[in-house]
Amino acid sequence: MSPSSAQMKRRAGFDFTRWAIHPALIFTVVFFALPLTAMVVVSFWQRVYGKLTATWTLANYSKFFAKDYLLDALLNSIEVTLATTAISILLAYPLAYILAYRIPAHWQRFVLILTVLPFWTAYVVRSYSWLLVISEKGILNVMLMDIGLINEPLAMSYSRGATVLGFVHFFTMLLTLTIYANLVQIKSSYRKAAADLGASPLQVFLRITLPLSLPGVAVGAFITFVICIGDYITPQILGGGTEVLIPQAIMLQVSRAANFPMASVMSITLMVVVVAVYFISAKHLKMERV
Amino acid sequence: MGTLRNSIKRKVSRRSFVAGAAGAAVASTVLPKAGRAAGDLNVLVWCDHADEKLLAPFEAKHNVKVNVKTYEGTGTALSIIEQSAPGDWDVLVVDAPDTPLVAGMGLLEPMDEGALPLNDLLPQLTSAAFNHVDGVRYAVPEKFGYYGVAYNKDKVDEADMRSAQVMWDSKYKGRVAIYDYYFPAMQLIAISMGIHPDNISMDDLPSIREKLLAMKPNVKMVGDIVSVQNALVNGDVDIILNGAEFAVSGLMPTMPQLDWTIFNEGGLMWIQGLCVFSGSNKKDLAFDFVNHVLSPKGQGSLATSECYWAMPANKNAVLSDAEKKILRWDEQPAFLDRSVPSTISQADIDAEMLDIWTEFLQS
Repeated sequence: MSPSSAQMKRRAGFDFTRWAIHPALIFTVVFFALPLTAMVVVSFWQRVYGKLTATWTLANYSKFFAKDYLLDALLNSIEVTLATTAISILLAYPLAYILAYRIPAHWQRFVLILTVLPFWTAYVVRSYSWLLVISEKGILNVMLMDIGLINEPLAMSYSRGATVLGFVHFFTMLLTLTIYANLVQIKSSYRKAAADLGASPLQVFLRITLPLSLPGVAVGAFITFVICIGDYITPQILGGGTEVLIPQAIMLQVSRAANFPMASVMSITLMVVVVAVYFISAKHLKMERV
Repeated sequence: MGTLRNSIKRKVSRRSFVAGAAGAAVASTVLPKAGRAAGDLNVLVWCDHADEKLLAPFEAKHNVKVNVKTYEGTGTALSIIEQSAPGDWDVLVVDAPDTPLVAGMGLLEPMDEGALPLNDLLPQLTSAAFNHVDGVRYAVPEKFGYYGVAYNKDKVDEADMRSAQVMWDSKYKGRVAIYDYYFPAMQLIAISMGIHPDNISMDDLPSIREKLLAMKPNVKMVGDIVSVQNALVNGDVDIILNGAEFAVSGLMPTMPQLDWTIFNEGGLMWIQGLCVFSGSNKKDLAFDFVNHVLSPKGQGSLATSECYWAMPANKNAVLSDAEKKILRWDEQPAFLDRSVPSTISQADIDAEMLDIWTEFLQS
């Protein structure tokens, strides 16, 4: 092969790679970078007498941080998201552990399918289904009253607890998958060696399995945090609107007042929180382990 | 559509292909999904205009297909129109008080009052100022209803429902849902305080805020129409505030324990209007459609649509006795006498109201 033809091949290969990157690059610029830039710009504008005016101001940011009821939306979202993430981890870890180490290998695929079943249901349908379960005339109250455990129906629906319940149902499954994928990568020889050296099952878990499975927990927890804090549907349907989370506050500004500057401020604040959480958990986020 | 047709005529370059594809994508998103043949009538309407019982007689009579695109909120309609070419749409249903806004954009065709059955329509609706701009009619009312109260008769004292004070009645602590449209909700509070909704000023907002916050102990949930309906039907609440016939009438044939009314202190009306687009290429057919919807049979179908029930604008609408009972037809003269339309507020008052509403939700 002459040097010139090899050079041509390399050039052809280089060209292909460059072309292959373009669609994704264009997509990212058009559908992420440009809208994000527009959102940042608009957050410094104002809506005056129903019209968007391009006068630069920090008034929207000042208002957001000065008004308790707006800032509370962000704090409510963080509280609900942290509760959801913590409860989901506590439920998902044992499930993933049993799936990885206690279920025979030939049954694991079937159980995994059962685990991801909630993903097959539409978000809205899943939330409304929970309402049918926990409402005053719902299955749960009827059952509890029938067996005599309660005399009056419990008020479970339209509350923060109902929102967390709806979230946990979904994210437990997500976390189970990420933790399971991590657990099955841990070599069994590590646990066997620890046991041979006299470690109890609890010590094996605490000093071998748990530390090595933390990347799976961290990745799942991060994904849970990001999706949960930006979710609008679940709190809207299950929460009952008697407290507002940040996505609902954003939607109120957009759908009812077309106040895009204030909605942009809230969205940027939400992004800052997510980025901060990313940096806090970055050292544990090892995607190759899940 | 014009962009797409022209681009096909030209030599297909990469640029024209991209433009054509983009046009096709926009057209497939914006225009009604059913056919777009030359003889079709394209109507941009609320969901209550999609029933077969309303459209089929018109289609059979004129041998045309009515392509329905439904929307919610005037803002959404305007964005759809913005993405369409002149002539794509023939008929528009609009929140009647928004008529001057849409007409002011040059989108609406003036209406010949002599060609409309105005004498058959309720005068309280046809005479409203927002149907006209500079003395020219651009919209004709077709359906209306109220922001009031809907409730479960088995769980409440019906006499309580007639008074706006029910909003603060401790007897219903934790048993109330509120339809989440903040604007009429706060106008209802104003009515309870003796303030005419059109006269709400910035100075009135602190006292309205106080009354709104005082409602919170009674409120179990705040949500859209479907959510508050679910809460009532599931027994989580017994009362829907800021909702009336549109929230429960469609459910009442199978759930007779539900009912609705307006307050003795005054009612707040919503009105939807029919308009014809100035850019329509089928204006005669469009006006025929308007008259079909306004006819007694059309009005009966529209009033009892599967999407939501409400009052027909036509006094002679064909309704069964049972339907009239559900819609409290015999009480309409009294209801109309003490009701006012919910019209658009000034932008600064509206913005302040939304802030107060957000504070209320968060309280």
